[in-house]
Amino acid sequence: MIKLGGRDTDVVLLDENGKRSDGRTVNETRKVTIKAGVLKNANGSAYIEFGENKILAGIYGPRDVHPKHLSNPDTGILRCRYHMSPFSVGDRKNPAPSRREIEISKVIKEALEPAVILDQFPRTVVDIFLEILQADGGTRCAALAAASVALADAGIPMRDMVSACAAGKVADTVILDVNNEEDQAGQADMPMGYMPNLKKITLLQLDGVLTPEEYKKCVEVGIDGCNQVYEIQKKALEEKYFSKGDQ
Amino acid sequence: MGHNSVIDQLKKNQIIDLLNEGNRLDGRKFDEPRSLTIDTNVIPKAEGSARARLGDTEVVAGVKVQVEKPFPDTGDKGMLICTAEILPIAHPSVETGPPGPPVIELARVVDRGIRESGMIDMKKLVLVENKAVIGIFSDNSVTDHDGNLFDACSYASTAAILSSKIPKYEIKDEVPVLVEGEFTETPITTIPISVTMARIGEHIIVDPNSDEWMIMDARITITTNSDGNIVALQKGGGDGFTYEQLVKCSEISISVGSKIREIIKQSTQGN
Repeated sequence: MIKLGGRDTDVVLLDENGKRSDGRTVNETRKVTIKAGVLKNANGSAYIEFGENKILAGIYGPRDVHPKHLSNPDTGILRCRYHMSPFSVGDRKNPAPSRREIEISKVIKEALEPAVILDQFPRTVVDIFLEILQADGGTRCAALAAASVALADAGIPMRDMVSACAAGKVADTVILDVNNEEDQAGQADMPMGYMPNLKKITLLQLDGVLTPEEYKKCVEVGIDGCNQVYEIQKKALEEKYFSKGDQ
Repeated sequence: MGHNSVIDQLKKNQIIDLLNEGNRLDGRKFDEPRSLTIDTNVIPKAEGSARARLGDTEVVAGVKVQVEKPFPDTGDKGMLICTAEILPIAHPSVETGPPGPPVIELARVVDRGIRESGMIDMKKLVLVENKAVIGIFSDNSVTDHDGNLFDACSYASTAAILSSKIPKYEIKDEVPVLVEGEFTETPITTIPISVTMARIGEHIIVDPNSDEWMIMDARITITTNSDGNIVALQKGGGDGFTYEQLVKCSEISISVGSKIREIIKQSTQGN
């Protein structure tokens, strides 16, 4: 057992060469690949692999709102469902939505609201469905990144892309993109959503202890990670809409 | 509590005009929370309790302590669960029934602040490893609603836990037996304090009341511990913050938090 900050762990989260448990350096993200337009029926969709996370995002809308009383005569509304498949984690997850999933759905919705422009579609809803097929830490960030690509793929007017990545702290060191192991045994996890052109943070949560200086560093490192993910998001859309041979 | 009416639009304009002049509707400074009063031991049947009144928002929190079977992966730690409920007597818009996303978020943010701060030393709550641990349940009932339930519930729960006592158990053949009338101190390590701030335009205001809550662009709740470190954070609302605003919010949360911590300390002393 090695004592690392607050919690006990038998995993070496950061070795003497500055390498993490999965071989990454402190400010390196996991491998991220995104493909836009993967579903036939959805108005827009995306598939993301963020390390071992595998997530599908589908957009339906703008379409009529049911139940009707939710509709807003001034603007379209956004709705979001983040859902984990029962087989996505080690022990089977009960498929009914948990309190955690309901909260994450809400924070992802609120992270995307600043980006979408829905006042041209009053009384309608844009539904975002996020299905976590496999989870390995940082699913809300990966799901958010996929959701914004899917929204763009659906042709929803947007002020900016919303990118996402987490920062955190393991072995008293601020790191980028916390994986599951680091989340469980580390000292802090700070998921972040960011609009890279408007320079606005639209999703921010934290659990774990950070000094004020570490907090600032975490936000800076997180923004840097979001900028990296943003490039991959753009590439996914370019591949679908501007690649040679296609229309 | 929608804000589509003409009155709400007028109120919104008024609040923004006032903020631009450096004032708030109720005369507070931007970094000034509403007055906080805390009474402890208001529910003698609970092992700990507190009524927190933050302006006109009122929350009653009760702590119940009972022996629980631990989760398989945390048999060496006690259990802590915080919940929150907005009672229908608190506001005309409250409906009974299962909690919606806002109430679930409220309960989880309150829980996270207390849990992540390590306020209670969970390792000291084990009776029989992997078999029986002490469970601490802090349940918040919102009885009057004038905005910023996050902080009101956090303060009520924190005060209730600070005022709580844990019944004494003796272990006989690996089975905990209650010792009637005897109590031990709840193992407290730090006092977490949440500070919720709203961004309206470029202005950051502390402890938004109901009117300010309804028209804010975005909000952030930052919980700090007694050492002035940040232990939990939650951004909400349909817009974002810049890096500079986030740094400012963290500074406000530390300075305002330390003042509130003193109020809670004072009102829970002598328990």
